[in-house]
Amino acid sequence: MSDAMSRSGLHEPALALHVEDLTASYGGSAVLWDVDLNVPPGVLAAIVGPNGAGKSTLLKCVIGAVRAAAGHVYVFGRPYVRQRHRVAYVPQRTSVDWDFPTTALDVVTMGLYGRLGWLRRPGRREADEALEALAMVGMDAYADRQISQLSGGQQQRVFLARALVQDADLYLMDEPFAGVDATTERAIVELLKDLRSRGKTVVAVHHDLQTVSSYFDWLALLNVRLIAQGRVSEVYTSENLRAAYGPRVVLIAAQADGSPGEPETSAPTDAGARRTTAPPGPGGR
Amino acid sequence: MALLGDFTVRTVALGAALVGVVAGVLGTFALLREQSLLGDALSHAALPGVCIGFLLGGARQLEPILAGALASGALAALLVMLLTRATRVKTDAALGVALSLFFAVGTVLLTYVQRHEGAAQAGLDAFLFGQAAALVPRDLSVIGAVAAVVLTVVLLGWKELKVTTFDADFARSLGRPVVAIEFALTVLIAVAVVIGLQLVGVILMVALVIAPAAAARQWVTRLEGMVVLAALFGAASGVAGALASAAVRGLATGPVIVLAASGLVVIALLFAPQRGLLWHAARAQTQRRALRAHRVLVDLYRLGEAHRDPGYPSEQGMIDAYFGSSTAHVLRRLERRGLVARVAHMPEEGDHWVLTEGGRDQARELLAPFGARERRGPEEPRP
Repeated sequence: MSDAMSRSGLHEPALALHVEDLTASYGGSAVLWDVDLNVPPGVLAAIVGPNGAGKSTLLKCVIGAVRAAAGHVYVFGRPYVRQRHRVAYVPQRTSVDWDFPTTALDVVTMGLYGRLGWLRRPGRREADEALEALAMVGMDAYADRQISQLSGGQQQRVFLARALVQDADLYLMDEPFAGVDATTERAIVELLKDLRSRGKTVVAVHHDLQTVSSYFDWLALLNVRLIAQGRVSEVYTSENLRAAYGPRVVLIAAQADGSPGEPETSAPTDAGARRTTAPPGPGGR
Repeated sequence: MALLGDFTVRTVALGAALVGVVAGVLGTFALLREQSLLGDALSHAALPGVCIGFLLGGARQLEPILAGALASGALAALLVMLLTRATRVKTDAALGVALSLFFAVGTVLLTYVQRHEGAAQAGLDAFLFGQAAALVPRDLSVIGAVAAVVLTVVLLGWKELKVTTFDADFARSLGRPVVAIEFALTVLIAVAVVIGLQLVGVILMVALVIAPAAAARQWVTRLEGMVVLAALFGAASGVAGALASAAVRGLATGPVIVLAASGLVVIALLFAPQRGLLWHAARAQTQRRALRAHRVLVDLYRLGEAHRDPGYPSEQGMIDAYFGSSTAHVLRRLERRGLVARVAHMPEEGDHWVLTEGGRDQARELLAPFGARERRGPEEPRP
């Protein structure tokens, strides 16, 4: 990355997200250690790593929900607190109680609370915007549906609609594909690509190694420390993946497009190696 | 209702209603934040503060007692927060520790005060179970002021309370001071508990915080509705308790209030649409009936097909055997809907049934999803 320090007081303004020396811990043990993450604007970036690698914590540090022990976060050249209006955060779907008494439309309207400020109430205009966002994820027919009656995929779409209505430049998504059906997964991929074509930046915690190359163009491998980052084609190597997941992981994703010149991914690397991917499962913290 | 003409009864009823409104509104948020036990800890933890307030302020001073209650409640909340943040103790355990520690200290102080200060006439033990009759108009103005503050805060901070309760991390990403909002909510709950102490007492006060909200949750689909309904339930419980104890000598107001609120919970759990037990049972019963009816229709249709006669009269016993149990009631229901008809085929053998035109249509409709598979069947080798 270019070292474009302080033109007009901005720090790394060429980067959508710039995380430097970030260290965070829960009760003593480090969850993130000295992480430097740089994401250029206009890419779909995946943060990938094993369970407990600190992927979700990294996003929470960015938005200030988890206080970092050290390090700083810059969004488009300014600290996060001054750029909140340009960032939309999508938490893990399972992090909230979907039995909360409210409707899909109401949840999406929450995306406008930042713009509304403290005292103003959402009105007709806000409802229209929220409905439009629901339509973009194919959920407008469910606007008045109780959120407890939605399927997992539909709940995820509602969360994405809430991020869309924020009309941000940087989208931080925590496991947007976790526990959704194939239809929703395809719809979300389309949505992400649409965001990218409009010049938006997406940073998503992702779990499925097999789809990384087809869904994303930027990759950060994380396991407490940052293992590697850059274009998927450059970072998605068996060497890097072993560094992130440990030596026993052998890739089956050699056929994935976008990783030319990586023939060794299909070669067994240790005696009796099985063809496995990293274990899927619910995200770490 | 003539009871409301009595000044004391009116005071108690109004006080109880206001406390019920405040407890119901705040209880909604406590419940949705899965912090029901926090109210319990806060109310039990008020006891040492009550005693200390009494020791400092003297027998007839209410303000030091309430201030003490609030202070020790807040201290307990702080302890819970410290325990969960600084150690690996989980929230429920921390609440249990704080609750029992403070209540034990309170009980020790209470017995000490009663022995040494001759405070029996001060009615300190009324704070254990509440003594509504002791409510005077001056208390009403305190309760009224607290209710006004709570309702104003909830109205003004409505969006913020909602988004923080539903999705705290998201609220933080918007820049909302989530910790401050949660702290404010905890303080308000502590205040609600304190103003209810005289009425309901430290032991049962949590019920007035949780029960109206829990009952309201069953009936509503929106947070707005839940808050309003919980407030109404709280007020109704309060008035019911006040009137019942005025009407029947020797009935303690506080426990009756709690019983009324708990009754509302039971009713809600049983009868609420979508969520109530009876609603579920009724739906399950409807589905079972529909399933049986469908099976009998399809059986009759297939019997007709097997005999190459759509109007084939099937004998009741045969249908029973085919179905596995008596189908008389199922067939009678189908007959009422005009889907089957009774025919006198061989009267000595008992009832025979045929599908009507409508019954055949419905059976074909039921079989339609399976038809495709059956048609494809022969092409595939059967296992």
